[in-house]
Amino acid sequence: MPERPIPLSILIIDENRLRAAVIEDGLRDAGYANLTVVYDVVGIARRIADIAPDVIVIDLENPNRDMLESMFQLSRAVRRPIAMFVDRSDQASIEAAVDAGVSAYVVDGLKRERVKPVVDMAISRFNAFARMARELEEARSQLESRKLIDRARGILMATRGLSEADAYALLRKTAMNQNRKISEIAESLIMAAGLLAPPEDT
Amino acid sequence: MSAHREHEVVAGFMPLLDSAILVAAREKGIAAAEGIDLTLVRESSWASIRDRMAVGHFQVTHQLAPMPIAANLGLTSLAVKTIVPIALGLGGNAVTVSNDLWARMVDGGAQTDLDARAAGRALRAAIAVRAKCSSEPLKFAVVHPFSGHNYELRYWLAASGIDPDLDVEIVILPPPLMADALVGGTIDGYCVGEPWSTAAATAGVGHIATVKAAIWRSSPEKVLGVAATWAEREPDALAALLRALCRAAQWCGDAANHRELADLLAGPEYIARPAEWMLHGLTGALAIGGSATQRIEDFFVPFAKAATFPWKSHALWFYSQMVRWQQIVHSPDNAAIARETYRPDLYRSALKPLGVALPSANAKVEGALAAPTPVGSAGASLVLGPDGFFDGMLFDPDKLEAYIASQAR
Repeated sequence: MPERPIPLSILIIDENRLRAAVIEDGLRDAGYANLTVVYDVVGIARRIADIAPDVIVIDLENPNRDMLESMFQLSRAVRRPIAMFVDRSDQASIEAAVDAGVSAYVVDGLKRERVKPVVDMAISRFNAFARMARELEEARSQLESRKLIDRARGILMATRGLSEADAYALLRKTAMNQNRKISEIAESLIMAAGLLAPPEDT
Repeated sequence: MSAHREHEVVAGFMPLLDSAILVAAREKGIAAAEGIDLTLVRESSWASIRDRMAVGHFQVTHQLAPMPIAANLGLTSLAVKTIVPIALGLGGNAVTVSNDLWARMVDGGAQTDLDARAAGRALRAAIAVRAKCSSEPLKFAVVHPFSGHNYELRYWLAASGIDPDLDVEIVILPPPLMADALVGGTIDGYCVGEPWSTAAATAGVGHIATVKAAIWRSSPEKVLGVAATWAEREPDALAALLRALCRAAQWCGDAANHRELADLLAGPEYIARPAEWMLHGLTGALAIGGSATQRIEDFFVPFAKAATFPWKSHALWFYSQMVRWQQIVHSPDNAAIARETYRPDLYRSALKPLGVALPSANAKVEGALAAPTPVGSAGASLVLGPDGFFDGMLFDPDKLEAYIASQAR
């Protein structure tokens, strides 16, 4: 960290508590100690007045950004926040931020080189969080596949009198022969069983 | 239409009834028929729409009509030069108040006919009564500082003898949160596009007091904001897109299609709310609160009355209101920037092959037509109006300075 006269005051606004924690950790590790995290924007005007942040980091998709921006515009304070890199001299940074889903507001007059590391850190943490969320989603769908396969196996055992191992082997063989995933075979088997099930009142 | 080169266009939109023209252009295959591969991306704030157009994620965007003007005037950060080659319909907004405020307005003579003059008088009376026992002003929400909602609410209040800055407080809120804020008592009323007034009225938590069409009939609301650099680089794609949007507007304006359109808009990737909500705004038969329904002529006009034409007089009226409410200081240069943001020339050249009515003029005196009136046009005959402001005032774009002076405080 370069020497700074006064440490930057940073406000993180994120409805997603997990992501907020990920960003907070990243900034803290980078030596920024003056951090405030808020999860919802109720009473945000008072909070901003109290904290007087130099930089505000917010999720690009937060539906309250129009409200926040109008608040900044109406602010009578000298240090009013404006959208990041308003001089547009750093188009690549702006693009990286928007791609990552980060928006930042920086008080007017603050030197860009002091702000850029903060925004860069937020961008990398947003990206890391998105990657994590994607991996979680994949793990969840893996769990889903396992459930599907269990159900399909149960159907085969009931309709064809197969053992558990034979039922699974049949599913696997079918999948290999058709070059498809076992979970896909399981899913279509479950659907077919549902469609072909005899009417309940016969 | 295999002769066309396929143009890829990505448009950002907000979940509002007046995204209808964009949605129909895509879902009814109208854009595809013009050789446009149109992708629609739902956004959660106007700020996000602006930012994503600035970095090239979107070439075109559903925007509040004053937003591109504010961008070109340098009033919003991170905005790129934006042009308006087509509008996305007229009207579509309502002013909704809490049940409590409505009850007090009824005491002050408010009627259920949504008449703007009577509702304004009643609100003024309710504010006077309130002032005796509370120093806290009534709070109204709009969606954005540079919005038709903000300006028409302020126009209505001011013409009703209510100072929008002193007698009430106006705050910014995202539309889907407004009905909840009304219930929670955070706000007393709001001006917003559909279906977000229907949301409060049908849930029994609010009452529609008046509508945009009653404050200024046939008035501008949303436009297509186009990144100027893209428009210059891809004139053929832009022209094809404008033709598609014009055809889509025509489809949206046909009452026979309202049911299908309501179902499309209700879809999870668009507004994701009940189709019945959409029908109120599309048909103009508004559920206004309680169990009352009120039919409003020209509540939302997607196609008729040259509803997609980007009138320079609309741009200049919005500019006059930016000056009126101290968002910018008037100068001839600023007025020129506002005027040049709207591009009727691009509209005409793109739509000529369609044979639709193309107004001969670029601007008109707003509020001058008391009845439907045939006007000069090419392609097909055109009837405009009625288009009056509820207080009977006129806006002549050739007398911009006089209009601004007449509204100065």
